[in-house]
Amino acid sequence: MKKLLLGDEAIAQGAIDAGLSGVYAYPGTPSTEITEYIQGSPIARERDIHSRWCTNEKTAMEAALGMSFMGKRAMVCMKHVGLNVCADPFVNSGMTGVNGGLVVVVADDPSMHSSQDEQDSRFYGKFALIPTFEPSSQQEAYEMMAAAFDYSEQQCLPVLMRVTTRMAHSRAVVEVKDVPRQENELNYNAVAANWVLLPANARRRNDKVVAQQEQLEEDAANSAYNVYFEGHDKTLGIIASGIAYNYVRENFPDGCPFPLLKVSQYPLPRRFVRRLMEECERVLVVEEGQPFIEEQVRGVYESATILGRLTGELPRTGELTPDCVSDSLGMPKSTHSGIPSIVVPRPPALCQGCGHRDVYTALNQVLEEYDNARVFGDIGCYTLGFLPPYRAIHSCVDMGASITMAKGAADAGQWPSVAVIGDSTFTHSGMTGLLDAVNENADITVIISDNLTTAMTGGQDSAGTNKFEAICLGLGVAPEHVRVVVPLPKNMPEITNIIREEINYHGVSVIIPRRECIQTFKRKAKENRKS
Amino acid sequence: MKVDIILCGVGGQGILSIATIIGEAAMNENLYIKQAEVHGMSQRGGDVQSNLRISSDPIASDLIPKGGADVIISMEPMEALRYLPYLSPEGWVITSSVPFVNIPNYPDQKDVNDALSTLSHVVSIDIERLSKDNGIPRSSNVILLGAAQHAIGIDYDKLEAAVRRVFARKGTEIVEANVKALAIGRDARRQ
Repeated sequence: MKKLLLGDEAIAQGAIDAGLSGVYAYPGTPSTEITEYIQGSPIARERDIHSRWCTNEKTAMEAALGMSFMGKRAMVCMKHVGLNVCADPFVNSGMTGVNGGLVVVVADDPSMHSSQDEQDSRFYGKFALIPTFEPSSQQEAYEMMAAAFDYSEQQCLPVLMRVTTRMAHSRAVVEVKDVPRQENELNYNAVAANWVLLPANARRRNDKVVAQQEQLEEDAANSAYNVYFEGHDKTLGIIASGIAYNYVRENFPDGCPFPLLKVSQYPLPRRFVRRLMEECERVLVVEEGQPFIEEQVRGVYESATILGRLTGELPRTGELTPDCVSDSLGMPKSTHSGIPSIVVPRPPALCQGCGHRDVYTALNQVLEEYDNARVFGDIGCYTLGFLPPYRAIHSCVDMGASITMAKGAADAGQWPSVAVIGDSTFTHSGMTGLLDAVNENADITVIISDNLTTAMTGGQDSAGTNKFEAICLGLGVAPEHVRVVVPLPKNMPEITNIIREEINYHGVSVIIPRRECIQTFKRKAKENRKS
Repeated sequence: MKVDIILCGVGGQGILSIATIIGEAAMNENLYIKQAEVHGMSQRGGDVQSNLRISSDPIASDLIPKGGADVIISMEPMEALRYLPYLSPEGWVITSSVPFVNIPNYPDQKDVNDALSTLSHVVSIDIERLSKDNGIPRSSNVILLGAAQHAIGIDYDKLEAAVRRVFARKGTEIVEANVKALAIGRDARRQ
């Protein structure tokens, strides 16, 4: 059966067809559509495959590990920075090993289309001694999921599946299986001595997993996804991984004259690399992301000159394009026009009618009354409050950092110290920081701008909806300093008064402006009209 | 056959629906397709684009090289200009003539029109007026697609059949509105 699928959707379909029992994820561009596809899949519903959103990537990773412990196949999905959030269970899942197949899908975002850095998750795979797959096409992504689950069970290790934006968010026709594999049965094969990482057990496991690496590399050398293509012109050899392989192929429509090593499974098969180095005078490494392969081969094999992102043949940062790969191959430049000078940037902005707008309007109005107020922002649509006309926030670092940074600033003597965080980001990583603030009665004002959804990624369920007052009270915020308002222009006098009162209160206060995201509101109104 | 298309506009203008229709038609013809989309932050009123490649032979890159696009289909005139480096010397620009002004420094409309008029193959249509005058205000993007049909290498009948399939689950009324929109676009281009 043929389907036109996004790379993300091909991964989701591949997982379902490989007998998946649960996907665990927190939304994050460009990974969100994997879980959404499973949530909308009839077969997933029929099989009752777990697909509800998790509170954050760490809870997701741990739940998936629990499912694997019981023998079933589980998948975790996240964007690259989510892997930082779940780094602890991710790295230690390499130590415990798995029972049912466990595949961790991480979508990197080179060029930072929707992210704060362009970290390359392949480093995490190597660091955690976990085999890593990197598909070059949507079809390969689909097929790799079954291979990854099988391999995970065969090696008793999780598998990291690394994709990048252009794979995640590009559509192609994918040939899919007609009948999905059955799910695994519950089993009790997990051996506690492997899963209880007391030092004595962990040392034994560490030796075992380190010893396994040779086999993993041998498997990568024999993998159908890693291919050494012969070439008659040995003046250059090319190593191309993941979708970078496509950009090389794009430049040689009639066939590549140079020896070409396609890499889609790691550990890096050094046997092939050695051969390429022996055959060719120069070797160009083309990879999406950071110079992961390039650093591994540089200095190890001196027989050939290595070219790539570190030598300037390819740009050191940013995602690859067919054009920069063409330049690195010394191809003649195409003729094309430039962008007319009248064209100006069109940055994204908060939607008309969005409640965050009213929050920033009120906050800016009040903070004008104070010298040197500082506002610590967070990750979500409301990060756009940095841009004109609001220019309202002074930081945005990682999920939940607004509250803890505001506390640290207050510890340093800053006042007013304000945190602005969204509802979903608060439950993701803000709650623990609020407990720190409460325990020291830090002089901060926290604004949880609650639009009842995870809006930035398209309106997924938010874990804390209807629970925020209870959470804040439970963490110990004084009831009279938990204030709820409705962010609308007509309520401006009330909102500004409340913000002013709570800034002037020298302790922890939480203001919750609550109004539904205008996008989800419109979508629901449309659905209601239909029915 | 091989056609490389850049679809562009402002987040929320419906360029992905155009891509869906072309993709459906191409898939029905057993052509290879690659369609790179932009999701995430840019969709909040920023500039958005999609690279759509269809071919009778396998396609390597998801992205179109500079100077390689056969056609730019744009829901907004300044956005059409943004992607000119990707247009091949003989390529077509099919654009809405109506500016979407959500930034304070939007250029003078005359300058935008002048820049467009220097191109050798350009079709600029007031799709907003055409959609309102014809009572199909939600189908302006399909009018634009109709105006681009000649440049994308898919027969009109096949594109119309794809419109019918894509909108089928939304009911007859919406199907017919979009079939009408496709014809209006085709006729507007010929005038």
